Amino acid sequence: MRVDETTVRRIARLARIKISNEDAKSLEGELSGILDWAEELNGADTTTVEPMTRVVPIELKKRVDEITDGNIADDIVKNAPMVEDHYFVVPKVVE
Amino acid sequence: MTDLTKLTIAEARDKLRKKEVSATELTQAFIDAIEVANPQLNAYVRTTPELALKQAEESDRRLKSGDARPLEGLPLGNKDLFCTKDVETTACSKILEGFTPTYRSTVGSNLWNAGAVMLGKLNCDEFAMGSSNETSAYGPVVSPWRRAGADGQLTSENLVPGGSSGGSSAAVAADLCLGATATDTGGSIRQPAALTGTVGIKPTYGRCSRWGIVAFASSLDQAGPLAKTVRDAAIMLRSMASHDPKDSTSVETPVPDYELALAQGVKGLRVGVPKEYRVEGMSPDIERLWQEGIEWLKAAGATIHEVSLPHTKFALPTYYVVAPAEASSNLARYDGVRYGLRVEGKDLIDMYENSRAAGFGKEVQRRVLIGTYVLSAGYYDAYYLKAQKVRTLIKRDFDDAWQSVDVLLTPTTPTPAFKIGEKLDDPMAMYAQDIFTVTVNMAGLPGISVPAGISVDGLPLGLQLIGKPFDEATLFRAAQVIEDAAGHFRVPQRWWETAR
Repeated sequence: MRVDETTVRRIARLARIKISNEDAKSLEGELSGILDWAEELNGADTTTVEPMTRVVPIELKKRVDEITDGNIADDIVKNAPMVEDHYFVVPKVVE
Repeated sequence: MTDLTKLTIAEARDKLRKKEVSATELTQAFIDAIEVANPQLNAYVRTTPELALKQAEESDRRLKSGDARPLEGLPLGNKDLFCTKDVETTACSKILEGFTPTYRSTVGSNLWNAGAVMLGKLNCDEFAMGSSNETSAYGPVVSPWRRAGADGQLTSENLVPGGSSGGSSAAVAADLCLGATATDTGGSIRQPAALTGTVGIKPTYGRCSRWGIVAFASSLDQAGPLAKTVRDAAIMLRSMASHDPKDSTSVETPVPDYELALAQGVKGLRVGVPKEYRVEGMSPDIERLWQEGIEWLKAAGATIHEVSLPHTKFALPTYYVVAPAEASSNLARYDGVRYGLRVEGKDLIDMYENSRAAGFGKEVQRRVLIGTYVLSAGYYDAYYLKAQKVRTLIKRDFDDAWQSVDVLLTPTTPTPAFKIGEKLDDPMAMYAQDIFTVTVNMAGLPGISVPAGISVDGLPLGLQLIGKPFDEATLFRAAQVIEDAAGHFRVPQRWWETAR
């Protein structure tokens, strides 16, 4: 699978990572190499195989829907780069 | 006086109980050793001597009053992937610089509640993505091991301690802690153990809680110990493992006293040797070692059976689709809003993109991009869904093997430790380090690496035992037999003490 520069840029945009022109060039080759390798999987016959969803056959646990935690707003915003009155501050999104 | 840092966990435990040494003396010995070694080995990214001495003081009080907990006063290192309350936790990434959790990981809580002392946070590959500890934002860890030259003297070339738990393996091998926490997504406990002559076990998926551990690939990640001996690993795992309501994939099953299993031997144990693990490019040292392991287990009463795991050849490509896919989703949370690094931009998306470009290293970016690609519209079925199907086949191979054997014996790595820088620019060569270990994560099984020999140029080599789900006890039994036969492999010379 040949990944071209346009694809690298599209993927980087989806992944929200800014890449330089140089990076885009070297990523073309690196990503193509890894995807070529992934194509070896076509050698495995999976026509009647279910995809794996969990490694241990246990039913996911459920708990009673009740409040077990809370009132920790200070803790939650403690590590945020920009905070105002327990709110995360981000650049303006709505004009 | 004997060098306290050379003790094993079991020996230190005895000495503490008999009051031959205090927890404070023991802890101070490690603090001093770290101060000397760390500028050269870079195993710790953050030390917490005050906290350690405070914990040790409490341990001494309890030891005195006869109120000792299972790991009372034992100084351990903690991989920087484990969240530590009020102690910076970065997963060795720039993007988490300054992140100071207000909570601690369940595995960490289990250890500290059992009386262990935390010496500090250990270096690792960034977000545990790597096999050499070279992708860390804090720089590579230098292995305490060095090759022996033709004249028998140690060469001065710096080698990798394996990865991603390279700080853990180097610290244990260099006597900078009694044991260390580690995590394993594709081999990150077992490969560093093999490369440093230490013991590392990745337990069954669900045995240890993942809560409070920085996530890499959630269906593969498991925590486990790195230690000097099989017994020490058994002691640590018993305290680390638990059912945790905060991790829905942690399993409600009793944790046995693994130490009791150690003396049980392997008489009548059926050991499988998978023929597909004889790969091209395997070093002759490793082939010889594998054969020796077979002979040791046979001599101890086990029976050896060749088994087939026909889908082994698909394991690496499957892993390098599944793990990046899960990583790209897990790492989406690092956006410069809630924690960590933020680099401003002209609008919100620009801020995200700038922050992630500046905060993630090259390998992490590579994996996030691959993961994003294989999950994107039009490619999901061809790559991600296909890989999850092949994963079912890989697991089935093991299920079939368990019909005729109880445990599998394989090498841990295809080669001994390599030079720092040797594979860094060749991702595919680096990924091949995990060839014998990834299948175990894909199938959720437990695997242990135990030191078993030395290469021609004087570097440690490991053998891997793979077990049935939740049968870690059998792995410890068989690993003990190998350790008894092979002996211990300690760093021949503390060159970092004289090189100053």
